[in-house]
Amino acid sequence: MTAADRPCFHCGEPIPRGLVLHARIAGRDEPVCCHGCKAVAEFITGAGLGDYYRYRDTASTRADEPPRPDRWAAYDRPELVERLTRAEPDGARSITVLLEGLRCAACSWLADKALSLQSGVLSVSVNPATARARLVWDPAKVQLGDLLRVLEHVGLRPHPLAGEPSEQVALLERRNALKRLAVAGFGSMQVMMFAVPLYFGEANGMDPTMREYMRLVSMLVSIPVALYAGWPFYQGAWVALRSRSVSMDVPVSIGIILAFVASVWHALTGRGEVYFDSVTMFVFFLGLGRYIEMVARHRAGSVADALARLAPMTARRVRAGVTEDVQAVELAIGDEFLVRSGEVFAADGVVLEGDGRVDESMLTGESAAIAKPPGAPVHQGTHNLAAPLRVRVTAVAGNTVLSGIVALLERAQAERPRLAKAADRAAAWFLGRILVGAAIVFAVWWFVDPARAFPATLAVLVVTCPCALSLATPTALAAATAALARRGVLVAHTDAIEALSKATHVLWDKTGTLTKGLVRVEDVRAFGSVTSGQALAWAAALEQMSEHPIGRAFAASGAATQRASEVEVHAGRGLEGRVEGRLLRIGTRSFVGELADPHATAPTEQPAADDAATDSWIHLGDDTGMLAAFRLTDPLRPEAGNCVAGLAALGLPSEIVSGDEPGAVARIAARCGIERHAARLTPQDKLARLKALQASGAVVVAVGDGINDAPLLRGADVAVAMGRGSALAQTSADLILVRESLDDLPHTVQLARRTQRVIRQNLGWAIAYNLAALPLAALGFVPPWLAAIGMSLSSVVVVLNAMRLSRGSAPTRRPEWPATREAEAA
Amino acid sequence: MEILFIMIPLGLVLVGLGLWAFFWATGSGQFDDLDSPGWSVLDDDRKPAPGDQQPPDEPR
Repeated sequence: MTAADRPCFHCGEPIPRGLVLHARIAGRDEPVCCHGCKAVAEFITGAGLGDYYRYRDTASTRADEPPRPDRWAAYDRPELVERLTRAEPDGARSITVLLEGLRCAACSWLADKALSLQSGVLSVSVNPATARARLVWDPAKVQLGDLLRVLEHVGLRPHPLAGEPSEQVALLERRNALKRLAVAGFGSMQVMMFAVPLYFGEANGMDPTMREYMRLVSMLVSIPVALYAGWPFYQGAWVALRSRSVSMDVPVSIGIILAFVASVWHALTGRGEVYFDSVTMFVFFLGLGRYIEMVARHRAGSVADALARLAPMTARRVRAGVTEDVQAVELAIGDEFLVRSGEVFAADGVVLEGDGRVDESMLTGESAAIAKPPGAPVHQGTHNLAAPLRVRVTAVAGNTVLSGIVALLERAQAERPRLAKAADRAAAWFLGRILVGAAIVFAVWWFVDPARAFPATLAVLVVTCPCALSLATPTALAAATAALARRGVLVAHTDAIEALSKATHVLWDKTGTLTKGLVRVEDVRAFGSVTSGQALAWAAALEQMSEHPIGRAFAASGAATQRASEVEVHAGRGLEGRVEGRLLRIGTRSFVGELADPHATAPTEQPAADDAATDSWIHLGDDTGMLAAFRLTDPLRPEAGNCVAGLAALGLPSEIVSGDEPGAVARIAARCGIERHAARLTPQDKLARLKALQASGAVVVAVGDGINDAPLLRGADVAVAMGRGSALAQTSADLILVRESLDDLPHTVQLARRTQRVIRQNLGWAIAYNLAALPLAALGFVPPWLAAIGMSLSSVVVVLNAMRLSRGSAPTRRPEWPATREAEAA
Repeated sequence: MEILFIMIPLGLVLVGLGLWAFFWATGSGQFDDLDSPGWSVLDDDRKPAPGDQQPPDEPR
């Protein structure tokens, strides 16, 4: 089968064995892996947007299910849309939409073009950095529901964000930071320009008037840098001090303020040194690091987005016998609403009518459906898999279980306890050393010459603070963050780089990290006269009626062209129904076998016993016997084994903590070469294992992608989330692997270690220079001009050393590297 | 060297102009998205001929 040799045309994933599915593209049949991808690829090329496949630089997100137009029915109703969207001039409406699956600039081009082709669309702006699109349309010509359908058709699942203020806030925050950065950048360049003649004037003699003039001009330029560009640091320091703690902002602010005030004083009195060049450069580099970090954090998304993805925005309310679509926020306690099969609950409630099965994996991590008879509680954000349910609302808005989790995460994120702790220790260490040093200098000078005690102390503080402390660390972190971003690793909290360099263990949640996290039909074996495609089509027709995860795997792979009738669900065993007049059963082997006579020929190709451990075999049969067997599996990522081995070579043993079945976990562990693994763990168990490791002194990296991993990720020293993982997992992550390539992980660890080494080198250099130069200068052995040149050169050395990190050199080329690792391990 | 008393303020005025332009550009959203405008060059109104749509054999 040639199709199996090539990956899916749309998403680039391997095509299940035995599946023959083609998309008709530009007169050629291209292989695709599922009907979702087929529909999307044909729609894209059919709309004349085939260029997308030429321009994209990453494969698209797997579509899985074919688009379901009825999902957006609620958005066709103008009165509802009016409440969800903002009014624009001339009767137009606008809304911001979060696009799931937007991965590169070509995707945003695709979204832009596809929407612009619709009549009635007035403007579209897609931002690939934040995965958001702002739509403005004329409601007289086109409905919001149609636009959302178009987006789904091109493979980008839209999540409308009603009146989202957070996006606006984030945008303003980014713009303001950029302005501050520009002021600091322009300012530092100007001041440096004035500093050069000052240094040479010291050496060769300079007209005192000109010297005064240069110093005053430097001061003038530095004022906006120190006051405007440096403002966020003072704010951060003030917040920290008010809560009686010390953050990194405190010594930074002390450094800036002291150096600046001292320089202003010296410039005005005309005596002593000025440090305007150091102050402005310091603010610029620190601001640059913070800016890069902030952009990554915004990309990772806020908790509000996470909620938007999980909870639906509309609900079907039943009031006095009338069913209508309303905004989810309009639901009040005591209201009744309907949830159809496949829909998500808009609020917490109690089942009144219907015999439901609900997927609560996002809350509990348990992937099996949970039975919900009348009277059972259901929760906002969970998935109704089976029969339609009528639900009475018991909690809305901020009181649902989901909001509770989100609020918890939001608070944890704001407090950042783990990160703050690490930064505090560093800040306290530096602050302590510097203050002790300054106190000694003051005491000594007080006895020698009281008049010079204050200027000398100030000189110590000024010289040590900006150069040693500030440039050394932020330049290295900024360079490392930028280098990682180019590789598709987003650093949401730069403090994580330090923690990562010291990491000793890696904890994996299996599903979605080592594996792809999607159950799919991996293999089709047809018996007798039936073709695999026919078997798949029948299976899909039957499973269409089920919203079980297994059913969704079939919906993705099989043709949903036929409809099954008389479908009966046999819980835990399978489905029975009629397709094209043929009575079929799908499910466990014994269940299917019972339909035929007991002596039916069993398939000769029996699945091997070890296969059954992770991969489930699903059988299809009719009254003549077995027709086909389908192997369902959650495929291992191809690079998982390499990644585990690479981490082990760096001295980081891996361990699996999973909520899954022991057999499945053991098999995946064996295939990746992981020795330690634990199965059937609750989120609390995972956290307990993490705490136990940490208590024994380990620095733990946790990799997860589910909502049930959020506690684990938050407790870990370094949290890594996958680019396509749940938004809640991403908000608690320090690092996000955007490309979902596990190979990036060992590389990131190596880069983190190199970063730490560069920081240590920089600090060592700066401290050594200061220690050597300060006493000599104070004793009069070094002329001021030489000290000034040395100081600038010292800063340049530090910056250049840091910039080495941004060149993507492979650490393996460095011969001393393995030796260092062994030394550290010993 | 007295010329510096004029040149430096002039230079500062230029810097101020540059900053003003940068602030204006930031405020009008020029830096909000640095990736996708590059693609608009490739995007012409002409309906691509069927041959143009021929995608590469292997998606990159």
